[in-house]
Amino acid sequence: MTAGAATALTRYAAEPTVPAEHVVERVSIEGLPLALTKVVKRFGARTVLSGIDLAIPAGQFVAVVGRSGGGKTTLLRLLSGLDAVSDGSIEISGATVGGLQPQVRMLFQDARLLPWQRVLHNVGIGRGPDWRERAMAVLNDVGLGDRARDWPAVLSGGQRQRVALARALVTRPGVLLLDEPFGALDALTRREMHELLIGIWQTHRFTTLLITHDVAEAVALADRVLVLRDGAIALDTAVPLPRPRRPGGAAARLEETILQEV
Amino acid sequence: MEDRVVSSPDDSAKPARGANLLRYTSTWAVPVALVIIWEMAARAGWIRVRVLPAPSSIFLALSATIQDGSLLRHVAISTRRALEGLALGGGLGLLLGVATGAFRIAETLLDSTLQMLRNVPHLAIIPMVILWFGIGEEAKIFLVAAGVLFPVYLNTFHGIRTVDQGLVEMARVYGLGPVALFCRVIFPAALPSILVGLRYALGIMWLTLIVAETISASAGIGYMTMNAREFMQTDVVVLGIIIYALLGKLADVLTRGLERRALAWHPAYQSARAAA
Repeated sequence: MTAGAATALTRYAAEPTVPAEHVVERVSIEGLPLALTKVVKRFGARTVLSGIDLAIPAGQFVAVVGRSGGGKTTLLRLLSGLDAVSDGSIEISGATVGGLQPQVRMLFQDARLLPWQRVLHNVGIGRGPDWRERAMAVLNDVGLGDRARDWPAVLSGGQRQRVALARALVTRPGVLLLDEPFGALDALTRREMHELLIGIWQTHRFTTLLITHDVAEAVALADRVLVLRDGAIALDTAVPLPRPRRPGGAAARLEETILQEV
Repeated sequence: MEDRVVSSPDDSAKPARGANLLRYTSTWAVPVALVIIWEMAARAGWIRVRVLPAPSSIFLALSATIQDGSLLRHVAISTRRALEGLALGGGLGLLLGVATGAFRIAETLLDSTLQMLRNVPHLAIIPMVILWFGIGEEAKIFLVAAGVLFPVYLNTFHGIRTVDQGLVEMARVYGLGPVALFCRVIFPAALPSILVGLRYALGIMWLTLIVAETISASAGIGYMTMNAREFMQTDVVVLGIIIYALLGKLADVLTRGLERRALAWHPAYQSARAAA
């Protein structure tokens, strides 16, 4: 499955029928820079995020780790525009976020596919011109081109998240938000999803924010790891390891450092 | 029912077919035996014809009413009343259910009133309906509409209220506007519940029509049976009852077919596909 997806990726990258300007775009960074200034989020009397300052350059892959209740999901919901900040501001590419953003896409903990629409229609949920062709192309990228006409109910958990990933990528987003999307998958499927995600990210370089409770996952995937504790950033560290990454050694030492801050 | 042996090269189909045939015949064994006993009892004079006519005389009544065209006319008139009442009451129930399910303000304004009206047995308003509409077509259609409105309304409301909020949130993040959100997320999610309401409404539809046609009508199956009663034609009365049963069954089969088509995505309707 992963091998198939990987070859699909290389084929996609070297697609000869694609117009020249698209090829250039593919090599360059498609991501958008994010800037959070003194972001505060309160629910009633409870302060969930207390003054987050954060700048994420375009195309960076950031993982956010922390205990549950630390404000990770809240941060993601603010970035997606689903919730509004109580104080401070969020800027995407210099424009202040006030509501849902078309260039921001989100992967949820559960795949959230529409069970009454076939896989292809789920991927092309936003419709728009040539949506079938674009949905089919990105389904091939995630290795599920042959399941386009299936109902979501017959797919496995991993396949559903692949479809959800395809759905997020079909509009070529500038920012991809991942809310523990691999948490419910078995170890092997999770590893396949990691390879798939990194492969696609390296091609398109969308700015990525991954929320996870798994420090090893954060170190395996991200350029930079943030620890969110009690609504504030407790640690902000780069992951200076070459890809593809192997567990153990330097990665294990970094995981240990991060774990002490969680 | 269908003979596929000629086209089937599969030998293993034979014993399976035998077992199916056995099950099929045993399902019908009891009703067929009952009809035979009934016929014999009627011919022997154990059952008086005025109490219950023989199956053969019901069959004769069937062929006679088909030949003089009266059966078809009565069935057509009853079906038309049923469908008009269903379209009116079901349509209104659907609209109200969507409104109260989707808009909080509509729920506040309408729901408690509708819940109160729902508790009035719709057959209890027959005297009022006769005063309002006389004994014309409107009275019957109104009664059917009043009967089917509430099951459709309640199930539509419930279906829309229990839509998975995670899907709604996802759809908003993925840029669906209010119309697309309703057509592609909320309505399909509520559809299984709406169809349950429809099947329930169909039962009420026939029941109401029987009562309405029995009380006041100059055509329709209910009229046919009441008229036959006047002339002691018990065979026609029983025929009318059987026709009602068949129409009810037909409506149920059609809704099941609709369900199978509209809910093909649902795991409950996919067992056959997955096995194939």
